[in-house]
Amino acid sequence: MTTATLPDTHADEGGPGWVRRNRMRLAPLMFLAPGVLFFLVYVIFPVLESFQISFYRWDGLGAREFIGLENYRELSTDPAFEVSLVNNLKWLLLYLLAIPGGLFIALFLNQTVTGIRIYKSLFFFPFVISQVVVGLVFTWFYDPTFGLLNVTLEAIGLGPVNVLGDPRLATYGIIAAGLWPQIAYCMILYLTGLNAVDPEQVEAARLDGAKRWRMLWFVILPQLRPATFIAFVVTIIGALRSFDLISIMTNGGPFGSTRVLSFYMFEKALSEYGFRMGYGAAIAVVLFMIMLLFIGYFLWSMWRQERMP
Amino acid sequence: MFPRPIQQSSRGAQTTYQSLIPVVLLLWLAPLLAVAFFSIKPGADFTAGNYWGMPSSFEGAENYGKVFFESDMPRYLLNSVLITVPTVLGAVALSCMTGFALGVYKFRGNLWIFFMFVAGNFVPFQILMVPVRDLTLELGLYNTKMGLVLFHVAFQTGFCTLFMRNFIRALPRELIEAARVEGVAEWRIFWFVVLPLMRPAIAALSVLVFTFIWNDYFWAVVLTQGAESQPVTAGITSFNAQYRASYHLMSAGSIVAALPPVAMFFLMQRHFIAGLTLGAVK
Repeated sequence: MTTATLPDTHADEGGPGWVRRNRMRLAPLMFLAPGVLFFLVYVIFPVLESFQISFYRWDGLGAREFIGLENYRELSTDPAFEVSLVNNLKWLLLYLLAIPGGLFIALFLNQTVTGIRIYKSLFFFPFVISQVVVGLVFTWFYDPTFGLLNVTLEAIGLGPVNVLGDPRLATYGIIAAGLWPQIAYCMILYLTGLNAVDPEQVEAARLDGAKRWRMLWFVILPQLRPATFIAFVVTIIGALRSFDLISIMTNGGPFGSTRVLSFYMFEKALSEYGFRMGYGAAIAVVLFMIMLLFIGYFLWSMWRQERMP
Repeated sequence: MFPRPIQQSSRGAQTTYQSLIPVVLLLWLAPLLAVAFFSIKPGADFTAGNYWGMPSSFEGAENYGKVFFESDMPRYLLNSVLITVPTVLGAVALSCMTGFALGVYKFRGNLWIFFMFVAGNFVPFQILMVPVRDLTLELGLYNTKMGLVLFHVAFQTGFCTLFMRNFIRALPRELIEAARVEGVAEWRIFWFVVLPLMRPAIAALSVLVFTFIWNDYFWAVVLTQGAESQPVTAGITSFNAQYRASYHLMSAGSIVAALPPVAMFFLMQRHFIAGLTLGAVK
């Protein structure tokens, strides 16, 4: 007589039972897999690969030739690299003006009068437009023959200024153009922040005689800290990513005076001056290292917040 | 409220304030208004040196008609749509899932994966440029819309995951726990319990990503060339090269290129600002 034994389903042999028992561990894996895969392939691995490429001489087509730190050695004596680095610092410092600028406009607009909503939207307008169009708009704004800037200067008796044609002024002109949308962005952050300011604290401070600047500094700004943090993050990133405006407004000129690292890297790796992928990657690595300081700081702040209950 | 409501000030101060706002706004938007003004002038005005005087004739329809019917502009616009819309769909779909996984489950490495997305999202594009261009070439996707879409989806997933995860974290956990006790499968919890609650976040992210991608210029230049696949941000430079010194047409072209995200913003303003200012208040 044969005893028909049911196949013994062991716990770890796979099949629906195993899936069911481990579903709390499997589910996040399944949900994460596509996103993480994409992100690894297109973001994380390329970062590592760029580090690797920076040790090679490579024209993007032929064989790569390992040259160790040669690219970095060349960078240290490259005057164009130095100009780009200095310009990046200018961008970083001056771009931060967007934060007080945005706060100032937000304070100006934080009223409830008729039509204020429309005004707020229109003030925000420059941020929605692409940087390419902002670049074009400001190129014409600065134009020495018909630009609005020079028409205005002429009206008050000042000579024409060729902002983008003057190596001493061009970078500042581009930064000013970049500040236009960035101020709008910071403004909207602060408007939202101001909306959430605790009215009781403001009233209490008012009863204690706090006014204007003291009130702003000691009562309002501490409550706006989250908005300031985000404004700081997006402004720093914006400053280091600046590429579109430079490419549109001056294409790095005059005489290479408006180059920044991101633009110089593009020029070296892809433009008509030859495809120097390795050298470009080395420039990108330097830019990345600067950014890494800030990324570290951002993550550290976020991590502290995560640990708070 | 700070500053003190203007209603509590004198009559004079109120009038001054109310008349000051439009003036400041006009100054703020002056560079843009100038371009809009240029775009309705006839070309003859510019050759005659009449830049800022009254237009000798009103040629708005003529200029914009040229942009739409006699240039590659409609093609660039269509390319932009075909790049932007799939990117929005892809990035939002992927990040709904990653955000759900990171926001709902407790497992080792959760915070590390989350931080990987956040950190990657802050990376300067240039460090990705050479390898991504190389990868796109190898996949045979250089100079295709698909190549751009794949990269954009991947990169935007970083920002979107940050957004979605924080949004899901703020949802009431009891709902999910209750469904689990009932024995509902995890994917059903995702689909039927959490996803409907994420609608505001999905709307906000869609509008934001639409604007970001529409306005992208760097990747368009790196991964495409020529009218068959370039979006409008890159196309406008070729357009301007074609109509060099025809300021009336270049102005009209710029306005057309800028318009879709602007329209998106005004139509979906609430969602747009909700997305942009997430985390601006605690």
